[in-house]
Amino acid sequence: MTLLPDRTEKKLGLVIDLDTCVGCHACVVSCKGWNTENYGAPLSDQDPYGADPSGTFLNRVHSYEVQPETGPAQLIHFPKSCLHCDDAPCATVCPTGASYKRVEDGIVLVNEADCIGCGLCAWACPYGAREMDAAEKVMKKCTLCVDRIYNDNLPEEDRVPACVRTCPSGARHFGDLGDPDSDVSQLVAARGGMDLMPELGTKPVNKYLPPRPKDGLDRDIDVLAPWLAPVAEDPKGFLGWLDRALGKIDGKTTGGR
Amino acid sequence: MHPAPSVILFTTLSGLGFGLLAFLGLGMPGSTGWVAFAFFAIAYGLAVGGLLASTFHLGHPERALKAFTQWRSSWLSREAWVSVAALLVMGLYGAGRVFLGAHWAPLGLLGAALSLATVLTTSMIYTQLKTVPRWNTALTPILFLTFSLAGGALLAGQIDIARVLLAVAAAAQLAWWVRGDGAFEKSGTTLASATGLGPIGTPRAFEPPHTGPNYLTREMIFVVGRAHAKLLRLVAAILAFAAPLVLLSLPFSHGLAALAVLGHLAGVFVSRWLFFAEAEHVVGLYYGKR
Ligand code: SF4
Ligand code: SF4
Ligand code: SF4
Repeated sequence: MTLLPDRTEKKLGLVIDLDTCVGCHACVVSCKGWNTENYGAPLSDQDPYGADPSGTFLNRVHSYEVQPETGPAQLIHFPKSCLHCDDAPCATVCPTGASYKRVEDGIVLVNEADCIGCGLCAWACPYGAREMDAAEKVMKKCTLCVDRIYNDNLPEEDRVPACVRTCPSGARHFGDLGDPDSDVSQLVAARGGMDLMPELGTKPVNKYLPPRPKDGLDRDIDVLAPWLAPVAEDPKGFLGWLDRALGKIDGKTTGGR
Repeated sequence: MHPAPSVILFTTLSGLGFGLLAFLGLGMPGSTGWVAFAFFAIAYGLAVGGLLASTFHLGHPERALKAFTQWRSSWLSREAWVSVAALLVMGLYGAGRVFLGAHWAPLGLLGAALSLATVLTTSMIYTQLKTVPRWNTALTPILFLTFSLAGGALLAGQIDIARVLLAVAAAAQLAWWVRGDGAFEKSGTTLASATGLGPIGTPRAFEPPHTGPNYLTREMIFVVGRAHAKLLRLVAAILAFAAPLVLLSLPFSHGLAALAVLGHLAGVFVSRWLFFAEAEHVVGLYYGKR
C-alpha cells in the first residue's frame, strides 16, 4: 500500500556526522557489497571496466566546499542515502504499491516483484535516493539493511547497517529516532541535528549533524617558524644570467620573483 | 528532466485523442455511420497509441496491470482507471453512433467528462512533484487541458470553437512559461538548504560522488538543447497556435485544415519536449547543476 501510515511504531534511521566523515567512501563500497549479495536484485554496473562506467548505488558520498564570510574554505564530505522520510512522497506516487513505508519501524522499501519500473518515485524523491537498476529495470533504494538489523544469523555487533558497521571514523549512527531517549536522538539533540530540504515537507527521519566550528589561526603556527624561514634566494652571477636567459624561453624563473 | 520520446509521444498524442473524444462525446460533430467511424478511429488511434507508447518507458510493462491498485494515493494509478473508463464509455457511445445512428447524450456527456478527466490525471502526475518547481503549479493542468481542448476542437472540425480555444491555449502556454522561468528560485530550495551547510557559509559542489554519470544525472539533469529554449519556444508557438489560426482564417479547404492540424501537432511536440527539457529537478543541486 502506497498510502502512508498515520504513525509508525519506531522511526529507525541514520544520523550522519558531517564533522567526522572523512570522505573515504567505505560506506559506499560496503553498502554496494552487502546489497548486491542480499535482499532483492543485485546492484548492477554497466561498462565497469570500460571507458564510460556507471552503476547503481544506494549510498553516495558528495564533497562540498563551504566558504565562510571570513577565513579559509572548508571541505565537507556528504554521504547521502534514503532518509526514510515520514512524509515520503516517493511512496504515495507509486501506482502499484511496490513502494511503501513500514508501520513497525518506518523503513521505506520497494517490493521489487510489484515494481513496473515507471521511475515516478525517483522523480518524487528530492534527495536522489532512488536509482533504477539498468539491468533489472526495478527501483533500488537503501533498505536500512533490513536484512541485517533483524538477522539472528549474524553476530549481535553486525546487526546494524553495513555502512554503519564499516565507517572507520564513526560518522554514521543507527537507531530509533522516534524514541527521544535513544542514543541517536540524544546525539541529534546535543549536536543540533538537521533535516535536508526541510522546506519540501518530507520530514526526513535521518538527521545530519553539522560540522563543528573550526579553530581560528590567530597566532603563530609554531614557535620554531621564524627559524624555518625559506632560504631560497635569487641566483646571482653566471647562474643568474642563465636563469634569466632560460626564463625568456620558457617563461619561468627561480626564486621568489 | 530527460525528455523521453515515449513520454512526449504519450502526452501529446493522448492529449489530442482524448480532446477529440471529448468533442465527439458532446456531439460535435454529431455525425453517424462511416463518418463517425472515421472520427472515432482517429481519436482511438491517438489516445490508445499514446497510452501504448507510455508503456515503452516502463521497466516491466508485463506488470502494468498492478498500476490499477493504488488509486487512493497515486495519480498514475488514477490515470490508469480514468483512461480505461473513458475508452470504454466512449467505445459504447461510439458504437451507438456508428452502428445504430443513435446519439445517447448522457453517455456521451459522461464519456466527454471522463476523457477530460484523463488529461487532468496525466497533468497531475507532473503537477504533484514538488521536486520540479516548474511543474508544481495549478497552471500545469490548465496547460494540458487547454492544449487537449484546442487540439480536439481542431481535429473535430469545430473551426469557430477551435479559434477561441487555440488563443486560450496560447495564453496558457505563455503564462506557464513566464511563471516557470522564476519557479526554481521562488521555490526557495538551494544547495544551502539541500546540504544544511548554509549557516557555515556558501556551499559549492566540489566533487561528485563518482567521476561518471549515473541514473540520477541522466534522468533528472538534462541540459542538452536548453540553450536553444527561447528559439524552440518561438517555433512551438508559431506551429501550435499562430499557423493554425492563420490557416483557419483563410477560406476553408480540407488541405488547409489538415495542414493546420499537422502544424498544431508538431508545435505541441516541441512544447512538450521543452516541458521536460527545461524542467529542473532539485536533485541537480547536489550535483552542482540544474
Ligand atoms: S529520501 Fe527519497 S526515497 Fe527515501 S523516503 Fe525520502 S523521498 Fe523516499
Ligand atoms: S518505479 Fe516501481 S516503485 Fe517506483 S513508482 Fe514505479 S512502480 Fe512504484
Ligand atoms: S543502511 Fe544499508 S542500504 Fe542503506 S546506505 Fe547503509 S549500507 Fe546502504
